[in-house]
Amino acid sequence: MAGAMLDIRLAESGLDPAAELAAFASAHGGAGGIVSFLGQVRAEEAVEALELRHFAPLTLPGMQALAQQVWARWSLAGLLIVHRIGLLAPGEAIVFAAAAARHRRDAFAAADFAMDHLKSESWFWKREKSGGEWRWVEPRAQDHADLERWN
Amino acid sequence: MARLLFLGRLEDIAGAAELHLPLSVPTPLADVIARLPDDLAAAVVGPRVRLAVNGVLCADRDRIVAVADELAFLPPVSGG
Repeated sequence: MAGAMLDIRLAESGLDPAAELAAFASAHGGAGGIVSFLGQVRAEEAVEALELRHFAPLTLPGMQALAQQVWARWSLAGLLIVHRIGLLAPGEAIVFAAAAARHRRDAFAAADFAMDHLKSESWFWKREKSGGEWRWVEPRAQDHADLERWN
Repeated sequence: MARLLFLGRLEDIAGAAELHLPLSVPTPLADVIARLPDDLAAAVVGPRVRLAVNGVLCADRDRIVAVADELAFLPPVSGG
């Protein structure tokens, strides 16, 4: 049954968080609370572009497995995760996650858990262009610490 | 012909996202890696680099590589 309530996708272009949230809220009109998270390319600093690579055999299946884990852990009406791949400009959305639940605490916790695991365990590699040079972004120690919170 | 894929920063070390390596017989993984340039060979055996064989994660570093296998070397991720 969870399948219909889990909407897990990769987007090769134009991720529109407002449209995603509107559609998700409409699909889960019976939920009392929806919590969403938007990750976007920082428009400050000197970053000219960002690229997200993935490994098709593992990336989406891994996100789906994460969604099943979230679904099993909290009482949710729906869960949405959309992650961009490809080239992104400053200000563009990288990831949008939303959890719908009867009670808000489930929705907050589910979205938080999903994002911590998405950042540390999903199969994405990010590189940034600044000063005309591309450089791979290394994982931060904080990402690992964030994950430990759930154990 | 084995296909070797290099994700993330490993692509920069390899100089390409993908290398093809002719194998005439099934070959131990360590021997396949030994045929790579030294810096790349050292990078792909790092403790934090995972291996996927034909799209499936593989923890067995003694694996025998089939002549047409796809090996993907996956460094630590940085998504979100």
